[in-house]
This record gives sequence, structure tokens and C-alpha cells, in this order.
Amino acid sequence: ITDVLTAVALYLAIQDFNKVVFKKQKLLIELDKYAPDVAELIRTPMEMHYIPLKVALFYLLNPYTVMSCVAKSTCAINNTVIAFFILATIKGSAFLSAVFLALATYQSLYPLTLFAPALLYLLQRQFIPIKLKSKSFWLYTMQYAALYLCSLVVIICLSFFLLNSWDFIPSVYGFILSVPDLTPNIGLFWYFFAEMFEHFSLFFVCVFQINVFFYTIPLAIKLKEHPVFFMFVQIAIISIFKSYPTVGDIALYMAFLPVWSHLYRFLRNIFILSCVLIVCSLLFPVLWHLWIYAGSANSNFYYAITLTFNIGQILLVSDYFYAFLRREYYLTHGLHLTRQDGTEAMLVLK
Amino acid sequence: MGARGGPGWICGQPQARGARGASPPVPVGTLSSPCPPSSSPAPPAPTMGLLSDPHCRRALSRLVLRLNTPLCALSYVAGLGWFLALAFQPLAPRTYMSENAMGSTMVEEQFLFGERALSYGREFAGHKKKAGGMPVAWLEKTMWALGLEVHRQPFSRTLPFPDETRERYMVKGTNVYGILRAPRAASTESLVLSVPCSEGPHNHQAVGLMLALASYFRGQIYWAKDIIFLVNEHDLLGMEAWLEAYHDVNVTEVRSSGTLGRAGAIQAAVSLELSSDVVTSFDVAVEGLNGQLPNLDLLNLFHAFCQKNGLLCTIQGKLQRSDWDSLPAYAHSLQTLLLMVLAQASGRPRGDHGLFLRYRIEAITLRGINSFRQYKYDMTTVGKTLEGMFRKLNNLLERLHQSYFFYLLPSLSRFVSIGVYMPAFGFLILVLVLKALDLWMKLSKCEAGSAERLWDGDHAAGEEPRPGLLALVPPVLICHAAGLALYFLPVLGQRVATQHFPVSESEAVVLTVIAIYVAGMALPHNTHRVLAGGGSDRGWMTLKLLALLYLALQLGCLALLNFSLGFLLAATMVPAAAAVQPTGPKVLLSALLVLATPAVTLLLGIFLQRELVEAPVAAAEGWQLFLAAVAEGLLQHHLYGSLLFPFLALCAYPCWLLLWNVLFWK
Repeated sequence: ITDVLTAVALYLAIQDFNKVVFKKQKLLIELDKYAPDVAELIRTPMEMHYIPLKVALFYLLNPYTVMSCVAKSTCAINNTVIAFFILATIKGSAFLSAVFLALATYQSLYPLTLFAPALLYLLQRQFIPIKLKSKSFWLYTMQYAALYLCSLVVIICLSFFLLNSWDFIPSVYGFILSVPDLTPNIGLFWYFFAEMFEHFSLFFVCVFQINVFFYTIPLAIKLKEHPVFFMFVQIAIISIFKSYPTVGDIALYMAFLPVWSHLYRFLRNIFILSCVLIVCSLLFPVLWHLWIYAGSANSNFYYAITLTFNIGQILLVSDYFYAFLRREYYLTHGLHLTRQDGTEAMLVLK
Repeated sequence: MGARGGPGWICGQPQARGARGASPPVPVGTLSSPCPPSSSPAPPAPTMGLLSDPHCRRALSRLVLRLNTPLCALSYVAGLGWFLALAFQPLAPRTYMSENAMGSTMVEEQFLFGERALSYGREFAGHKKKAGGMPVAWLEKTMWALGLEVHRQPFSRTLPFPDETRERYMVKGTNVYGILRAPRAASTESLVLSVPCSEGPHNHQAVGLMLALASYFRGQIYWAKDIIFLVNEHDLLGMEAWLEAYHDVNVTEVRSSGTLGRAGAIQAAVSLELSSDVVTSFDVAVEGLNGQLPNLDLLNLFHAFCQKNGLLCTIQGKLQRSDWDSLPAYAHSLQTLLLMVLAQASGRPRGDHGLFLRYRIEAITLRGINSFRQYKYDMTTVGKTLEGMFRKLNNLLERLHQSYFFYLLPSLSRFVSIGVYMPAFGFLILVLVLKALDLWMKLSKCEAGSAERLWDGDHAAGEEPRPGLLALVPPVLICHAAGLALYFLPVLGQRVATQHFPVSESEAVVLTVIAIYVAGMALPHNTHRVLAGGGSDRGWMTLKLLALLYLALQLGCLALLNFSLGFLLAATMVPAAAAVQPTGPKVLLSALLVLATPAVTLLLGIFLQRELVEAPVAAAEGWQLFLAAVAEGLLQHHLYGSLLFPFLALCAYPCWLLLWNVLFWK
């Protein structure tokens, strides 16, 4: 049921988002901000018509979603809350978006980083420019932050009243942050901490957790014009670097890939990456069986596949990121780049 | 030069190799893209995206596109050549004992009860003939008299279909086992010596030897682990029943009853088969269910003790040669290696020990062979060897895990480890990957070309209808449906088959399998009418890409679990898979593809195996053996959980059908 709810929420969200994108594109064309020869890069309503349906189908038919549904994992509920949060943000309702974000953060700590892209989107929607000195910017930010914090506090207090003790805070958030349980999963943490000396474990826990939150600020600076893409990248980063990732998290950000199918021609490694991801997903159970049941392998084999899988995901996200930036560059500077003396030029990202 | 636009983009010259473009590749931070040529949009260069130099990328993609067929052929030959070279001396080092606890001490064996063993054996034979099966009461009485703690375990199993050896649906039997409790230990670990009680005049001496060993062991005080002496009826069925009851699991549907005595976790097991009073050599069998192998240390232990007692030991029935550099010696090692590969690929346990491996218990089977050699060894020597082995195993502090779990044996004292034999398989998979990359690049070029045509003028559709991914779904679904039919129908439909045709049940099952297999080959002529844009080039190229990747994935996963099966299937299916296409000499390609099909591989494998054991068969007999092997495969899957049949039916066969579809695309 929660999966269906998620799919419906994503469908509605992307529908709205498409409308916004198209409006923005029209505006920029009229303002003549695009270079003249980029006709084939402009998105048409025709091709965008099926994208919401594709997004919903991507989410529902993804084998990862099916697997997490069969396993009856709470990840489905997490995904639903985040999907509703995205829907609320795109519809522009700051209150609902803050409430859902608070719910998502309450469940697992990491959606806190989604505060930034949501804020950027809402600011854009209200046509408030993002200048550090502008008063309306700070006013709106404060409003949104206040809504968010208040709802978070309300939810935490509700839990307190339900349980009559503050014990749940260390057991939920302390658990996520301090990673005491090292059961192997598809994430990166367990092996490190299994091998490490006790002396250093606090330091490395801090380093790993900072790694998750760290990418928010640079991405916010770079992608401030495109908050929804920022949200996508942020969700992907959360699901790769969080302390106990599951395949349900991966299903959520993969559901967004059809939204950026127009970047397909700029994607460089999509074939190899998709092969790597599929191969790793298939090798996970094989090597798990060899390690645990047959006893002929050991944890290194399983962790190697985990590493490869995460590298594949990271490369996928960075591929999309660079493709997005390339398209933006081509839109503003034209497809055929020439140097000042008229010879052909090449695009190099430093 | 203008660094206009956002921060971080710099336009550079494509030709200046001394400039940034040629700097040593910095993995993620530096990405470059080829400049679009003047009139058409930039085709995405799909390979090796992390290299910073676009010339390198373009060179690599040109290499893959142009030299594809030579590279594929070279890779395939390299893979096969590497495999054949595994029997060579430098690639196969000598075996050595890795477990510390088993290495340093050598025991002084004092077993003398050879005559007693023979008399026990004769008594057993007499009682067995009288009882018409296993003489349970006599065994219990004798073991009790020896001072063991005796238990019996009745079991029953319903076969999915009655095969030739057991011509009824329900098989009932009893296992009898006695536990020798270690005098000073806490019964937390144990060793097993098992003897199969098969039908017919076999293995009497083995039972006798086991009882004699039990009486000898009972008198010693140095045992730290309990020893279980097991006599199992109906060979593998009884062993599976015992193991399941011992570990309290329910992997197959064996029903057994009675409270069982336990002796702690089993550390190692030896299964003994002896059918003669004197032996000339000892044969060891290592391959277990689904190609799982015991730890190499157990084999090393056996070899060490055979050498100590002067017993001749063989593997795959072949004695080792002492000269290593000559060609006949190489041929001999290659023969032994191939026999092991074939045995492991079949996934059948070559002795009762095969079922222990699933429970992480290292086990081997020892067979005494009485052939026409001059020097014969009596029971006392055999007993001494076994005593020595058990005393060494007694010293184990933990489960055997130091030595290799994945290896191939060109001879008893040489082994090939996984790190050495995997590259052979890697080369074979490389062929599939190269072909897939080639198809991908052709497909992207096609797409870019047609996109250009689309934008050039009117927005009419391109010349060929582009089927898209949805058109691939019918062939894939139909092929997998055929696989499912192959898996489920034979056993479910045997009643219907026996009603309509005058054949026995096992024949009915086998013939149904073959019928479905061949019927699947007639499918391509029908799936075309289902497809919308079915006749295009893009269609078959995409389908072939999918089939190649699917095959590579399956074979890769399989090779990790059962290397021999993966390698064998790869060696036969890869050239056909790479070469197949709808254009070109159809008869030749279809003959090649038919030769590559898993069923034909099985048939050829049987012929090859009989050649290698120097008992070649004629075609008709080979066909009978093939039918028997199919029946056996089905039976073993249902009885013990062997994975050969489901893998072939559900994974390899649909993949092969996909390739067959590609061949008959037009």
C-alpha cells in the first residue's frame, strides 16, 4: 500500500514539476537567454507527457522496490514520507513540506539535508532571489525553518508522551549516528568498523557521518537554480552514504531517472554503469551464500561487491550531474563551441 | 581564451596534446567531452568515460569496433589455451598441509584387527542375505557388544518418479549408527566414519573394517572427539536423511522418526567403500553435491597417510606418473583434470561424502579397488591408514579452513588454485563483453544517425520503425515460459504421459523433457507475428545484446559457485553466442547453435567422459546413458537439491532460446 502511495505521490509531483520546467523554459526562450542553435535541446511537451507515468512505473516495477516490499521493510514507509514531502514542496505548500520533512527526519536522521533543496525550491517559487543581504530571503528562510523545527519538536514530544521517557532518542538517533550494530549490509560502514580498533572508532564514525552531510553546501551553491535536481542528487547521496542503507532507498532515487531522460545523450558511461549495477546486484546473493552457507569465501568477497556497487551508484549520480551541467552550458552557450578565432573547441571540466 | 559561462568550464583546443587534454588521467575530477563535428549532434562516446583524454577514448572505441572479431577469437583461444595449460607442471604446484594442528605430529599406528574385520564382514554378508536388506538387529547387537551407544533411524521418502533402480514411489530404510564417546571430553565435536549399505553384494568388507576399527578405537584413551560409526541404507537417500535429522533441518522432504543421539558438531567425515578382501589401490573421490569440494587439507591428509603406509592411491582411477616433463605425462594429467571437471560439472556427489559438504563438514570418500596389480594390501594396512587419519583429525582445534576450498586436481599431489584457473574463464567472458560493447556502439551510432535524419527536415518517422524496448518483451517472456515449462511439466505430467503412451514413468519424464526442449526450438517462427516492429535491424541487435549480457551474468554467477559447470557451458556457448546473427550463412550458424545447446553439451560430455576412463561407448549406448543422465539429474534435483537441472532449465535454456530467436529474426 505504501509503495502505491509513493508511486502516486511521485506521479503528481513530477506532473507539476514538468509544468514548472516548461514554463521556465518558455520564459527563458522569450528572454532570449538561450543561444540560437540549441533547438534540439529544448524539451517539448510531447516528450514530457509520459514522464510522470514512467516515474510511477519505474518505482513500482523496480526489482529493488519489490524486494523491499517482500522483506516487509520499513523503508517503504520512509520512501512514502519523502515522496509526500517532495509533492508538498513542488506544490509550494511550505507548511506541509515542513511537516513531512520533520516526519522523515524523525524516522531517520538524514533527510535533514533535504531542508536545503526544499528551501531553495520554495524561494524560487515565491520569486525571492537568493541574496545574502535580502531581507525577504532571510524572512522566508526563518519562516520555513521555524515551521520545520516546530513540527519536529511536536513529533518528538508526542513520542515522549507515548513512551513516557526520553529513551527513544539514544536508541533511534544514537543508533543511526554511532553505528553499533555491524551486521553486513549493502553499505560501506560495517566492514570498516569491524576491522577498526576501538580507539579510533569514534573518530571514524564522525568522519563517515560528516561525509553524508558534507555535500549539501557545495551542491547548494552550484545547483541553486535547479533545486529539484539538487534534491535528486541529495537523496542519492543519502542512500549511498547512510549508515544502514537498503535497496529501498536506491529504488526511490532511481524512480527519478526518467525525469532526466533528456540528458541521455550526454551520459557517458550509462552502459557500463548499468551493467556494473546489475552484475553487482546479482552477485550479492551469490557471494553471501558462499560466505555464510558454503563457508568457502569470507567477508572480503562480499565487501568487494558492496564497494563495487556503491562505486557504480556514485558514478551514476556523478554522470547525471555532469550531463546536467553540460546541458545547461550548451543551452546558454550554444551547441557548437568555437574559440575566439573560430576553430572548434572542446569542453573540459576542471 | 574565453572562460565565459559558469565557473569551472574551460574551452580548450582539441589538437593540443601538450595542453590539459593530455595530462595524466585524474579519475573523477576531470571529464572531457568530444567536440561535436560541424553539422550533426554529438554522439555520446560510451566507453571508458573516466579517461581524461578524448583521443584515448576515441582510439579505444575504434579499436573495439574494428578489431572486434579478431579480439574475440584471440580471447577465446587464450581462454581455452589457459585451461589446457593448467595441467602443466609450473601452473600446478605441489600440495602441502596448511593446517598447523595436522602437520607436525606423526602417529604410530597399531591396528591389528585385520582378520577380525574380515570375519565381521562375512557375518554381515550372511545376515544381509538372510534379512534381504539391512540386518538392523544384528548390527545393533554387534555395535552394542563393542561398547558403542547405538541408535537406529528409520526414514522414508516419496520419489517424484520411480527410476530404474528403485522401481517404486516410496523408499523406506533404516540407518544404524553407533557413537563412541570420547572418554575425557565433553562430546562437543565428533568425527564420522560412514559405510554405505547398498543393495547387492557390495561393501561387506567395509562394514567389517568399520566394526573392527570401532572395537580398536574403543580401547584407546586419546580420543578428544566422539566418533560416529554410521551404516546408511540406500546410499545417498539414507545419508541425506541422517544428516537432516542430525542437524534438525528440513531441506528435502525426507521423513524420519525416532529420537536420535547426537555427538556434537561434526568436524570431518570419511565414507568408506570396500568390496574385496585385499586391495591393490585406494581411490579417493572429492566432488560433492553441486560441485562443492572439501578442504584440500583432507585430501593432503589422505595422501600423506597412504604414502606413509605404502598404499597406492589414485584419483579418478588414475595413478600418478613420476615423470613430469614428457608429453604422455602431460596427457595423463590433462585426462585426470578433465575427468574432475566433468565430474564437478555434473553436480552429482561422487560418493556419500558429497552430502556432508552442504553442512560445512569436510568429507571424502575412499574406495578400495582390487585390480590386476601384483602387490596386494590386506585389511590391516587399510585399517592402519584409517586409524592414522582419524588420529590426526582428532588433533584438530577448529574446522578445516586453512587450505583451499576451490581447486582442480590434475593429480593427487598437485593442485590448481582458483586464482590460477579463473583467468581462463575470464577470457571466455571477455568475448561476450567485447561483443556486447560492439553491439552497443553500433546501436548508439544507429540512433544518432536516425536522430539526425529526424531533425534534418520534416518530422516524419525514420525509414525503419524503431521498436524500442517494449518489443523485446514478447521473446523474453516466451523463452522464459518455455524454461518454466521445461522445469515443471515433466514431473507434473508424468501421469498423463503414462496413460497415453506405453512407457514407464521415468522414460515418460525424460521423453517429456526432450519433447519440450525441441518444441522450444520451433518457437521463433511464431513470436514474430506478435511483435510490432519486428523486422528491423535494431530489434535483433538489441535482443542479442540482452541475450549476451544475460548469458555473461549467468555464467559469471555460476562460475563462482561451480567453476567446472560454468567453464564448460562457457566454452561451448560463447562462440555460438558471439557469432549468431540473422544475416549470414543460416545453415552453418544454426548447426553451430544446435551444437552449443546445453543438451548436446551433456551428450558430448558423456561421450568424453567414457573416452577418458578408457571405456568408450557406441552411439546407441551413449544415447541410453544420456537419457539415464537426464533422469538422474531430475531425480537428484528433487531428492537432494542439486542445482544442475533447475539452472539448465530456468537459466541456460531460455538464454539459448533467445539466441535461437535472434538467429531466426527474419
